[in-house]
Amino acid sequence: MMIKPLDQAVGSIEAMKAVFARDMKVAFRQRQDLLNPLLFFMMVVTLFPLGVSPEISFLQEAGAGILWVAALLSVLLSLDHLFRHDFDDGTLEQLVLQPQPLFLLVLAKTMAHWVLTGLPLVLLTPVLGVMVHLDGNSIAILCLTLLIGTPVLSLIGAIGAALTLGLRSAGVLLSLLIIPLYIPVLIFGTGTVAAAAEGAPVGAYLALLGAFLVLALTLAPFASAAALKVSLSNS
Amino acid sequence: MSEPLLQAINLQCERDKRELFHDLSFSILPATVTRVEGANGSGKTTLLRILAGLSDAWAGQLLWCGEPRSRVRESFLRNVLYLGHRPGIKPLLSPLENLRALMAGRRPMGNKALMQALARTGLAGYEQVPCRHLSAGQQRRVALARLLVADEPLWLLDEVFTAIDASGVVAIENLLQERAAEGGAVVFTTHHNVQIAGTKRLVLTPGAVGYDD
Repeated sequence: MMIKPLDQAVGSIEAMKAVFARDMKVAFRQRQDLLNPLLFFMMVVTLFPLGVSPEISFLQEAGAGILWVAALLSVLLSLDHLFRHDFDDGTLEQLVLQPQPLFLLVLAKTMAHWVLTGLPLVLLTPVLGVMVHLDGNSIAILCLTLLIGTPVLSLIGAIGAALTLGLRSAGVLLSLLIIPLYIPVLIFGTGTVAAAAEGAPVGAYLALLGAFLVLALTLAPFASAAALKVSLSNS
Repeated sequence: MSEPLLQAINLQCERDKRELFHDLSFSILPATVTRVEGANGSGKTTLLRILAGLSDAWAGQLLWCGEPRSRVRESFLRNVLYLGHRPGIKPLLSPLENLRALMAGRRPMGNKALMQALARTGLAGYEQVPCRHLSAGQQRRVALARLLVADEPLWLLDEVFTAIDASGVVAIENLLQERAAEGGAVVFTTHHNVQIAGTKRLVLTPGAVGYDD
């Protein structure tokens, strides 16, 4: 007999790289989807001074909060796409059936999501920060908090996206599930910038944000992977 | 008599409070082709999804090479290829990119081997065209190219003949037959009139189940 059961599988790291690379490739074939969260982010931040007050003092005080809320909402908007297309075309079934641990593959997908949505927001922040009259130090701190905070948003959001995958209109439920978990990140993110503006030390705030990130990195992929299996099992 | 690859003992499945099958026991031996038959809604797809490990809505026992499947999950997943209604083809990627991505976690291959597989399924010249520009049948053929490079001993194929033209159906029949001759096991569902010599039949009828060797 020629065909025998196989034992060697591709290493997890190799498989993660392949998942990441495919997601990047698909995203760059569909660039308008990449621009949506960025445009939303820019629109919210530019509309605030027009709608509320263009006073420099107001903007300096509220600027960091506005940017954080806008970043949070634009990540939230992009979450539904994280697994939806893969679910529809069957890629997700094949992902779940790969011999590597699913949580690592989900982590690779979540990392791709962050690189495609969170990271561009961080890169755009200095420009928008100048627009709302934040000083250089505040902008630097704000960027740092977003750099630590947006991966947390992607990681936690992936759990919600995986849980609501089987539903036809997942949007509202996804937001309801995820927003409460985002609030601590938002509070500490904006708190850091506020503390920096008053000249207080920000080390403790950043350490807490970092702790959120470590917690999300170690736990969220397991939860997302379990949620994906449940959603696929029920479909 | 060789060891069964996959053994199902008293499988039972309920969906939406309706029992699809119960006390379903069978073995999938190497070098066999098994066709799962039944009317629409009789649970063919559900059975294949259960066997593949995608669905948890079942009771009973599943053994992989004599061991409970949950205990040897990694080795089980490496040894089973499942192709469903939705074959995992990304419309934005080309056939070559799709095939490469699907093989990456199992058996990475060079472009040359992948191109050959695509050419054999009749996709020569389309390797670099995004799949959304291809017809439904051509997209199915991308998924079938995967069978040509697959080394898994057990294939679970759900409706692989859908949207495939007559010559393609013959090619798949031959492929499955060759596969069985080499010692692989194939379980498939289809509504097509498919002729593969030595096919076992697994018939799902509501409430009662027959297995005919």
